[in-house]
Amino acid sequence: MRKALVLALLSLAAAGLFAQPVSVEFWHAMGGKNGEITTAIAEKFNASQSDYRVTAVFKGSYPDTMNAGIAAFRAGSPPAILQVFEVGTATMMAAKGAIKPVYQLMAEQGEKFDPKVYIPTITSYYSTAKGEMLSLPYNSSTAVFYYNKDAFRKAGLNPDKPPATWPELFEAARKLKSAGYEYGLTTNWISWIQLENFCAWHNIPYGTRSNGFEGFDTQFVINSELPIRHFTNIYNLSKEKVFVYGGRENKANSLFTSGQVPIHFESIGGYGNMKATCKFDFGVARLPYYPDVPGAPQNSCIGGASLWVMGKKSREEYKAVAKFFTFLSSPEIQALWHQQTGYLPITRAAYELTKKQGFYNENPGPEVAILQLLNKPPTPNSMGIRFGFMPQIREIIDEEWEAILADKKTPKQGLDDMVRRGNEKLREFERINK
Amino acid sequence: MIEHSIVRRTLPHLFLVLAIVVIVFPIWLVFSASTQTLADVLDAPMPVVPGVHLLENYGRALLEGTKSLGASALTMVKNSLIMALGISVGKIVISLLATFAIVFFRFPLRGFCFWTIFITLMLPVEVRIMPTYKVISDLGLLDSYAGLILPMIVSATAVFLFRQFFLSVPREMAEAAQIDGAGPMQFFARVLVPMSRTPIAAMFVIQFIYGWNQYLWPLLITTKEQYYTLLIGINRMLAVNDALVEWPVAMATTLLAMLPPVAVVIVMQRSFIAGMTETEK
Amino acid sequence: MAKQYEFSARRLPYLLVLPQMIVVFLFFFWPAAQAMWQSLFIQDAFGLSLTFVGLENYLKLFKDPLYLDSLVRSFVYAGFVALIAMSVALFLAVQANRRIRGALFYKTMLVWPYAVATLVAGVLWMFMFNPNIGVLSYVLFKRFGVEWNYLLNDSQAFLLVTLAASWKQISYNFVFFVAGLQNVPASLVEASAIDGAGPFKRFWRIVFPLLSPTTFYLLVMNLVYAFFETFPIIHQVTQGGPGQATTMLVYKVYRDGVFNLDLGSSSAQSVVLMALVISLTILQFRFVERRVTY
Repeated sequence: MRKALVLALLSLAAAGLFAQPVSVEFWHAMGGKNGEITTAIAEKFNASQSDYRVTAVFKGSYPDTMNAGIAAFRAGSPPAILQVFEVGTATMMAAKGAIKPVYQLMAEQGEKFDPKVYIPTITSYYSTAKGEMLSLPYNSSTAVFYYNKDAFRKAGLNPDKPPATWPELFEAARKLKSAGYEYGLTTNWISWIQLENFCAWHNIPYGTRSNGFEGFDTQFVINSELPIRHFTNIYNLSKEKVFVYGGRENKANSLFTSGQVPIHFESIGGYGNMKATCKFDFGVARLPYYPDVPGAPQNSCIGGASLWVMGKKSREEYKAVAKFFTFLSSPEIQALWHQQTGYLPITRAAYELTKKQGFYNENPGPEVAILQLLNKPPTPNSMGIRFGFMPQIREIIDEEWEAILADKKTPKQGLDDMVRRGNEKLREFERINK
Repeated sequence: MIEHSIVRRTLPHLFLVLAIVVIVFPIWLVFSASTQTLADVLDAPMPVVPGVHLLENYGRALLEGTKSLGASALTMVKNSLIMALGISVGKIVISLLATFAIVFFRFPLRGFCFWTIFITLMLPVEVRIMPTYKVISDLGLLDSYAGLILPMIVSATAVFLFRQFFLSVPREMAEAAQIDGAGPMQFFARVLVPMSRTPIAAMFVIQFIYGWNQYLWPLLITTKEQYYTLLIGINRMLAVNDALVEWPVAMATTLLAMLPPVAVVIVMQRSFIAGMTETEK
Repeated sequence: MAKQYEFSARRLPYLLVLPQMIVVFLFFFWPAAQAMWQSLFIQDAFGLSLTFVGLENYLKLFKDPLYLDSLVRSFVYAGFVALIAMSVALFLAVQANRRIRGALFYKTMLVWPYAVATLVAGVLWMFMFNPNIGVLSYVLFKRFGVEWNYLLNDSQAFLLVTLAASWKQISYNFVFFVAGLQNVPASLVEASAIDGAGPFKRFWRIVFPLLSPTTFYLLVMNLVYAFFETFPIIHQVTQGGPGQATTMLVYKVYRDGVFNLDLGSSSAQSVVLMALVISLTILQFRFVERRVTY
């Protein structure tokens, strides 16, 4: 009898001693410093409790990471958490069975989860039209423009009052060129900044069916008057050699950081990079708008990525993920992430905490971005976009834009072709996912 | 022909030296960049004369890698080496065995085996890349050395070379071995393989270079930094999302990636050239 | 051919051939079959919904102007690379073949680039011609007033990848041409000289025709190289851009499969490429056996 008791006690003790924490993998595309911070946050979570363990694994670029996740799913062993860029949202949410929506996860696991603590423009992007959160926003940014304050002084412009409207900005760019700069203006991410954010900021639709939120039977409408006008303006500026195209995605960064071009449209996520590499005094400003458009400025939309929970995992793994997500959403962790990476905090509480900590006194840039997001409650035109095959569609937009710049077609033709080719892709996506 | 005029005699030298300059110049630039600081490189134009940061940059490349790339060059060298050696040794071994069977044995399915293997000459790996990826993924071999190596040992170049050589081996030797009571495998191990030193060496050089320089395949199937090969590392260093490219360290790694295959070619030049020109037939 | 002595063992040959056959089936035939199978379906990225569409993916391909452009572009690109790499190599081989001092040095110095990875070749040229920090871009701009930006200019991008690809291939061709030239009997050339033919005539009338097997072999190898093995250059330097300017067929397969997650189209493209390579290889074997002048 005593032997059995001892044995039972021993095995209980052993179970306690050797109880392995439930381990889950978190695949992400955060390289460099952002990757280090991601790993640090995971470690913080692991250190804060002993039941669950999250391992952050860097998998390369966004497409590489998404592809790796999909391949892993097909091979039967996906990670529990997968970071997918915003343009992959449609593909992910269409894959019922492959993913577990966050709102379901949190409900099932009994985690306190109130969607209202999150900044609406950020979470709306990753939620259904009814407001149910599908994926947890992780690194969100929005578009702003950076300007070289030293250059402004040189050209006789007020460095503390950056241009607020597009006409003012074009004028400033021309003045900067006359002041001796090779060009006055450049931009990153033509599609994300000068179309997606542009439409949201001016409260005009990008596509039908609430920018695709209501269904896959959506069509593009970006060949409307305003985008054509905007693209024509930029095209004319490029003919005047005031605007220079720096290439796709974020290739134009070095034009700004080297001091060559004093006005540059880029993500607020590049703020850390600017701080580290610009040898001049620079500022961050709100997106400009066309003053004759009613409703402008509305709010800008986000870019970046979110965390998706993959399907077919065990209950314990889901518990781990839920706990981790709660941890991630806490104001302290969000404030840390925000302040160290330049990405935006996803909750109001984190924003308030950061304000209280005085962070924005020294770094006014990120606050500009947040205020831009919070400018007005989002409308169906400004919640974000939800289109299938969006990575390809952005490429189509880049191509057509380059054709416009190279005088191969007029801005209207280019935008018409963007719509036509984009719609083809949308129909394909609709068919594949019916 | 022996040309007599001075002009005619110096012209070839001129052209050849020019060619060498054109070939070497890009590498010189890369070397120069690898010895400077990032600021120097970014400050166009970069000085063509090397700087003084050679040890520092190479040290960092070897031990740390760039900030965006977790793997150090040492790790990547190890992986590239494992892959290159795995491919060259693996291919040589299975090809020697298979060719031995096809040339020296009579068995039904002999022709079938030969033609099946022969067809693989026809498809470079790039063409079957996506479906091979799916196969490897189904087999669970993503992010593994086996996954890196196995699909690369498919093509029949070695079988071809060895077959040609084996066909030239006098059959009397095999017959004699049989009479002496030695089995086929003993003939293989004691006579045939030692005789085949030269084509084996040539194949080794060619396959080592081929394996070391593989790019597309490792790109697809490795996503864990610990499995990065040197070339993938270079690509990842240069293709960063938001941070700037660390040119000096990336260029140092590029040069490091070049050294082993180039060394192998220069040292084993004779066998290598012989092997290359022999596989033509 | 006299009856060759062969071992007669029952199971041994199968065992010997087995490893090679396993590898060939697993990593050659199975993927090829899968490609053909997958090309008959459309599916979502996760493979959760599979719809049989027959030959529709192929029909879509050949109606797609982007694909057809890529097809033509790949041929033009391959043609240029072969032309440049072969003519330069031939010229250099002729120079190196003369009995000059240091011939061995020259040959060694011109052979080693073979060992350079195609990716590295791409990196080298990308670095030299980087629009912002490249040394040669700077020279082009300051001395010749050429605004160099291959990220924006189609032809510049095309030129860059062509040059990078040719640069690397010159060594390979050089080795073969040198070997080929050495097989040309000196007596024939000298006889022609005695007949009064100058060096150019000697070359084109005697040497070049005798080089034809080598030349033809190299032509096919260069085309295959340019078509398939220059993927790293495109991937690293231009990513197929600007626009589609450097999107070759082999890059498109990758792009559509990995980035665009369009597996149906990507598989169909793979199958088309397979057909292309097989034709090229068959062509080479047929021709080399026939049209060779000994």
